[in-house]
Amino acid sequence: MTDTPAIKIRDLGFAWPQSPPLLDIAGFDLARGEKLFLRGPSGSGKSTLLGLVAGVLEPQSGTIEVLGENMTGLAGSKRDRLRADRMGVIFQMFNLVPYLSVVQNVMLPCRFSAARRKAAGDDLAGEARRLLARLGLSDEKLLARPVTDLSVGQQQRVAVARALIGGPQLLIADEPTSALDADARDRFIELLTEEASGSGAALLFVSHDGSLASHFDRSVDLAEINRARATA
Amino acid sequence: MMGTSILGLAWRSLMNRRGSALLTILAVALSVALFLGVDKARNGARAGFDNTISGTDLIVGAPTGQINLLLYSVFRLGNATAEVSWDTYQQVAARGDIAWTIPVSLGDSHRGFRVMGTDQSYFEHYKYGDGQPLRLSEGERFGDIYQAVIGAGVARELGYEIGGEIVLTHGLGAGGLTDHDNRPFIVAGILAPTGTPVDQTIHIPLEGMTAIHVGWESGTKNPMADTITEEMIRSFDLTPRSITAIFVGLERRGTILSTQRAINTRPGEPLLAIIPGVALGELWQVTGVVERALIAVSVFVIAVGLVSVLTSILTSLNERRREMSILRATGARPGHIFFLMVAEAGLLGFIGAVLGVALVQLGLVLLGPVLSQTYGVQLQGLGVSFTDLWTVLAVTGAALVIGMIPAITALRRSLADGLTVKL
Repeated sequence: MTDTPAIKIRDLGFAWPQSPPLLDIAGFDLARGEKLFLRGPSGSGKSTLLGLVAGVLEPQSGTIEVLGENMTGLAGSKRDRLRADRMGVIFQMFNLVPYLSVVQNVMLPCRFSAARRKAAGDDLAGEARRLLARLGLSDEKLLARPVTDLSVGQQQRVAVARALIGGPQLLIADEPTSALDADARDRFIELLTEEASGSGAALLFVSHDGSLASHFDRSVDLAEINRARATA
Repeated sequence: MMGTSILGLAWRSLMNRRGSALLTILAVALSVALFLGVDKARNGARAGFDNTISGTDLIVGAPTGQINLLLYSVFRLGNATAEVSWDTYQQVAARGDIAWTIPVSLGDSHRGFRVMGTDQSYFEHYKYGDGQPLRLSEGERFGDIYQAVIGAGVARELGYEIGGEIVLTHGLGAGGLTDHDNRPFIVAGILAPTGTPVDQTIHIPLEGMTAIHVGWESGTKNPMADTITEEMIRSFDLTPRSITAIFVGLERRGTILSTQRAINTRPGEPLLAIIPGVALGELWQVTGVVERALIAVSVFVIAVGLVSVLTSILTSLNERRREMSILRATGARPGHIFFLMVAEAGLLGFIGAVLGVALVQLGLVLLGPVLSQTYGVQLQGLGVSFTDLWTVLAVTGAALVIGMIPAITALRRSLADGLTVKL
């Protein structure tokens, strides 16, 4: 099972309703534990690709296998279950649920997935605090503040802790550093790749900023693998 | 685990919007309070009225409507338009099928409390609740013509004690010119509280009633009235010429209908005999139309309250698209989103309904004494009732059903939005 790739895409075709084809990918693979940088300008279909991988969107053609499961053959609820149990997602910004505390935000995936809850251990809050501490968020005063009061960098690190809780095998990050300044950006990526390595998870990191590529095992330009050029 | 966990989310989400959530809850609470208030006033008044007289088989008075006779003779509401002559009373009382009678003479007042002329049989035979007799908490029954026995409410309100003097007022006015100030009464006894109009009544002997009206035959005070000495009055025959009503107890309850018919159709002075329970039933039929209208209106008000639940959740949906996509990304299935929305609606409905019940209970604690003071009838059966629980359940259930509308909207949107919201 673990020798199957984290992501395996073949002959993928996708278009939004009433729009020309956006994605047409002959082949794309992400190995287990691999940290991959996917570069592409905005509007190139990066976020759509992530939606397909996460299983919230369905392709018109082709296959997507994630962690050994064929997403295109799964019912919507099974894809939801796979994402809940085995993937961690980090957005560009506004990652946090405003009415939950920092620790509750980190524990959020455990509300929806029994597998993640089980993997995180009996003391969920303790595990959340451990992850936050590893990401440099251990100040109790900070943890007690409403999440909307945290800086963007702090919010993004909370989002990483949330993506990591319960040990998912695939992390998906959609431009998580675009709202950070250069210093914070580099530190954030170091933390993220370090934690991904530590947990053995594969990391699919998407950004338009090619200068970040050096932090990763491998770098792929979406324009090179995507044969559809309708939007650009 | 999953359910309680989503419920927790719903709760926190509501707390995050507590301003608008509170207004919505208040709207539901007020609508539920209106509904339950109407219901309780209706049932409470019925129970209170039903408890006021017991053991009296018939009430006899001059011909009028049976509700009217019941209201003025038992509940001291309204006035008699005609009286029953003493001779006729004697004839009725002498009937073989009648065990006892209580003569009742009404018309005067004292500082807003009704005065009732009667005799010793009142203390022996008048019963209320489920057959409880009247009991004196202090003093004794009236013995002399100028003695009075006052209800517990009169004693409490006016602070009267045994031995105190009472000046009665002719008719039901505020006092002053029409006071029977030449003939004060002495408080001989105070009745224990009953929760009925008895508490608001001053009881005097029939002879006393006649005595204070010597010199008042024309309806106002004769200028010569004050010149009549007490000795002269006591030497008069103080048997009243007429009384207002007669409470009747039968030898055997089985003859109730035939006795009633016999009294109603007897030759001579026309009389009306009513069965208290039947007259009450007719009263409830009359008020029932209004009650049903009120209940219908308050049900519609509850519907308006529930619509405000819908409005509050629907308007919040736009600003919550991001929140929904975060939940989806962290593993929430469409069912979770659906349940979250429905749970929020259910919480708003449930909390609102419980608050409504609490408001009604608070209102009863605050207003109950005022009502019993004003009408002499205690609203009864006012604790948290089966109806309250049923209403909370129904309102919560309706809110859950209504919550499906925003739930489906949120569901559709979160499916269309995918992981990223295009803001």
